[in-house]
Amino acid sequence: MGHMTFNDIKPYEDWFWKKNRIELKQEAVTEIRSCLGTELPRYGGTEVPSYCIVLGSGETIEADIVIFATGSVPAWYNWPGQYLPGVQSYVHRSDLDVLEANIQGASTAVVVGGGLIGVEAAEVLHSRGKHVTMLVRESGFYSNVFPAEESDFITKHIASYGIELKTTTELDQIVKGETNGRVDHVITSNGERIKADIVVLATGVKPNISLARDSGVATDRGILVNDRFETSRANIYAIGDCAQFSHGIQQLWYSARSHGEHVAKVVIQGAGPYSRGLYFNSAKFFDLEWQIYGVVPQDSNLGTSLFWKDARSERCLRICHDKGSVIGVHGIGVRLRQEVWTNWIEAGTHIDNAVSQLSKGLFDPEFTRGVLI
Amino acid sequence: MSYIELNVPDSMRNHGTMWSQWKHRGVPAYLLALVLTGFYVMVFWFPEILAPLTSLLDPLARALRGSAADHWFLYGTVYTLSVLIMGARMLVRYRTQRYHVYRTITLMIVQLIAAYLIPAFLSRIGTNEFYFSYFWPLKPEYLFPSNISALVQSDNGLLMFMGFWTIAMTVIATPVLTYFYGKRWYCSWVCGCAALAETAGDPFRQNSSKKLSAWKFERWMVHGVLALVTVITGLLWWANADPTSPLASYAEPANRIYGFLIGSVFSGVIGVGFYPLLGSRVWCRFGCPMAAVLGIIQKYASRFRITTNGSQCISCGNCSTYCEMGIDVRAYAQRGEDIKRASCVGCGVCATVCPRGVLKLENR
Repeated sequence: MGHMTFNDIKPYEDWFWKKNRIELKQEAVTEIRSCLGTELPRYGGTEVPSYCIVLGSGETIEADIVIFATGSVPAWYNWPGQYLPGVQSYVHRSDLDVLEANIQGASTAVVVGGGLIGVEAAEVLHSRGKHVTMLVRESGFYSNVFPAEESDFITKHIASYGIELKTTTELDQIVKGETNGRVDHVITSNGERIKADIVVLATGVKPNISLARDSGVATDRGILVNDRFETSRANIYAIGDCAQFSHGIQQLWYSARSHGEHVAKVVIQGAGPYSRGLYFNSAKFFDLEWQIYGVVPQDSNLGTSLFWKDARSERCLRICHDKGSVIGVHGIGVRLRQEVWTNWIEAGTHIDNAVSQLSKGLFDPEFTRGVLI
Repeated sequence: MSYIELNVPDSMRNHGTMWSQWKHRGVPAYLLALVLTGFYVMVFWFPEILAPLTSLLDPLARALRGSAADHWFLYGTVYTLSVLIMGARMLVRYRTQRYHVYRTITLMIVQLIAAYLIPAFLSRIGTNEFYFSYFWPLKPEYLFPSNISALVQSDNGLLMFMGFWTIAMTVIATPVLTYFYGKRWYCSWVCGCAALAETAGDPFRQNSSKKLSAWKFERWMVHGVLALVTVITGLLWWANADPTSPLASYAEPANRIYGFLIGSVFSGVIGVGFYPLLGSRVWCRFGCPMAAVLGIIQKYASRFRITTNGSQCISCGNCSTYCEMGIDVRAYAQRGEDIKRASCVGCGVCATVCPRGVLKLENR
């Protein structure tokens, strides 16, 4: 932490938007309505859609096309005490400012949730010298996703930083201190009381649909879209975390980016359906990098996968196959070349071929010790 | 003292860099810049102030080169010591990354042997103080007619070797090695300026400007200096061939002005003195004509590039922040493009600080 300033995080310099004729408005949208005064038009109507976007300042912007990219909001589950001062989420930039205020004078923190956000929150709190306890619903870190070896690997790594892990444990309630009205401790599903000056609720996110729903766009858990990101209303699209397809919601960091690229093609060129391509992902658990391509089933074993673990450092690699054809790979501390693995997996390459050309599939820096399977 | 900071965890991290007064332009950084620029001003123009320090090195100077220490010996000793001490810090800090370990050791050895011990030994045996690790146009005088003709035509075998070494390195090795490995073979493995930048300069790498305007300025500056040194070398050869030519009279004064403005003020006072404020590669980025030559070859005729790993870039910005050459690496990586920039010295830190394994230095 403290790697970068806010300026370093911005993906483009400030002149970028104006140069590309993109006008940035930093305001909340309060309402989207039809400028014609009727309800929002549907596809197949006779009138040309025209939308009035009403901003918090009272200003109204007119638009022919509207794209919802409203992202997610934290998913909390009505725990007693969840709105106490010192209890917070860890999703938006504003959460960082809240955290900065909350850590003043704090010495202990409880992070609820063992997902990627939970791990990151734990790392941030640890870097500021707080004693961190994590409540993880599963029996090990990511044990509902990772095979046992990898889950164990990550669990030990995180614990080695002094993070206290309470596995098979959920939050029951958050209790107020007697004097200052702030959070004092939490009570877990096992009845244990854990002291907490800060509680970070990192139990996942849900689509942010309130504006769309209130404007009359069809919603379920997310904003309902077809495979061209079209909502129930003409020329209104939804992409990223807030969109719900017929097969569900795709809340991945890169799906938002590829949705954005594709919806632009739909709007400009009338492009066809979006296809998400081979699944991949990556994360960092404290110092451990993780990359995955394709499918690595949670119940992978020596019959369905090859597993390699470095004896000298925290690195491991698992290649999964279905009757010999590679279906997925993931590595911890081992960098993998996306293009090569995507080709191998899509072509159903035999695992022996993949292993014999393994160096082609690695992306580690020069001179890194090789992976020997 | 977070300037040296040897106590580091198992893997390379930048925790707290932007909160550090030393590393992120706090008051200590300004004071250090003042001390460094002051030292350079004294070495170049007021060496008598340094006389007490210089005389301390007399025993060492007599042992190494057989004569009393002068201010240049003091400068060389301080420079080499900085490379060795901060090189040790570098080795500890990046010890899990073999690329950094190997290149740092190489830089330290080349600096100690080729740029410190060998020149001292040459001076002891009474020949030219020659640096085997510097070439034209970083050391323009090495291809000036007076020097190179004397070396090549010498009947002393060692001097003749120096002459042929200079020509072979400039004309053959530079383009060939840059074709295969990019400019990093020199700018991250051999050069003495790199040795200091990659060791003593490492804590300041994040202070280089990433703005597009800085890139534009850089291209004018670095290619301007290259044009200047090329013209001066040409003039000197012209004057050598035709001493009566009216242009010939400009050659020497032009060379002296270049030596003062570029050789002393730019590469020394600003180039090193401003490390804590503008990053470790001010000279390499904005001034070095050798970097300009290598950069042109790297961009148009080299197998070297930084590869982006598919669509894995999360746009976090660590690569751009810690690029000492001020390249906005993320601008390419987040589009899935490979990075092929003339200024890239191939230090490999972007790949090291990337949290998702997205960048890799490759000779394809």
